[in-house]
Amino acid sequence: MLQARSGEDTMARGTTVERKSPQELLVTRTVNAPAQIVFDAWTKPELLKRWWAPRPLGVVLFECDADLRVGGTYRYAFGRDPNNPEVFSGRYVEINPPGRLVFTQVYERMRDVGEALVTVTFEESQGRTLLALHQRFPSKEALDGAVASGMERGMRETFDQLDTLVTSLQ
Amino acid sequence: MDPNLFSALGEPNRFRIVELLRTGARPVNDIGGRLKLRQSQVSQHLKVLKDAGLVQAQPRAQQRLYALRAQPLKQLQDWLDRYRRIWEERFEQLDELVDELKSKEKSDAASKVR
Repeated sequence: MLQARSGEDTMARGTTVERKSPQELLVTRTVNAPAQIVFDAWTKPELLKRWWAPRPLGVVLFECDADLRVGGTYRYAFGRDPNNPEVFSGRYVEINPPGRLVFTQVYERMRDVGEALVTVTFEESQGRTLLALHQRFPSKEALDGAVASGMERGMRETFDQLDTLVTSLQ
Repeated sequence: MDPNLFSALGEPNRFRIVELLRTGARPVNDIGGRLKLRQSQVSQHLKVLKDAGLVQAQPRAQQRLYALRAQPLKQLQDWLDRYRRIWEERFEQLDELVDELKSKEKSDAASKVR
C-alpha cells in the first residue's frame, strides 16, 4: 500500500518508491550496467548533468559541483528558472566505489528542518545493478512538512509546478 | 494532503491495523485478537486513524465495525506515484547514459587490444 510501482515493467526494471517509516523513503531501480558505471554516473558532475534533472518535466540542472571525498561538499542547482533555482547541498560521509555512497542533504529552501542522510547502494549481479536510494529525513516532521507543502502548493498551482517541488525532495 | 496521514501510519501497530482492515471492516475485539493487542491499545490506535481520516466506524447490530476510507489512501498512493514518476524519468535518462558509457568502454578496450 505504501508503495508505488511502475505499471508495466514491475519485474525487470520498474522503479519502486516506499515510505519505510515516518522518516524514511526508499527508491529502488535496476540499471542495465555494471555497478562502477552507475556509481560514476551518480558521482561525476559531467555525468550527473546528463541524467539527474527529469528533463521531460521541464527541469534543468543549472549547476552541479561535487568534491568527491569524505567530508567534501556537493551542490546541485536546478529547476525551471535559472534566476530562482532550487538548491540541494551536502557533504559526502562515506565513499566506497562501486557499492556504496552516503551523503547528507539539505534542501536550501527548507534549511531550518535540518539535513537528511542519503545512502545509495549499488548491487551488481550479472552485469546489472540494483540501485537503492534510502533517504532518512531528520525528523518525521521534515518529511511530512516537505510532503504536505508539496501537496498544498500543488493543489493551488499547476501539476507542473508540483513536479518541480516534488523533484526538489530529490 | 493531511500531514497527519503519514504520522498516523508511521506507528507499526497502526500500520498493521490498516493492513488488516484492507481485508474488510472489523470490530475492535476482532482486530485485537488477530494482532495480539489489548483492546484499549486498539481503541487508541483507531482514534488516531480516525482523526487522520483513515478509518471510519460503521454501526452494525450491537457492534461497531471499523473500515478503511479510500480517499486518504488514494492521496498517499497518488503522491508516491508522482514521486516515482519523477525518478522514472531520471532513470530513463540514466539508462541512455550508461548504454553510451558501456559502448565507450567496449571501444576503448578494443582499441587497446589493437
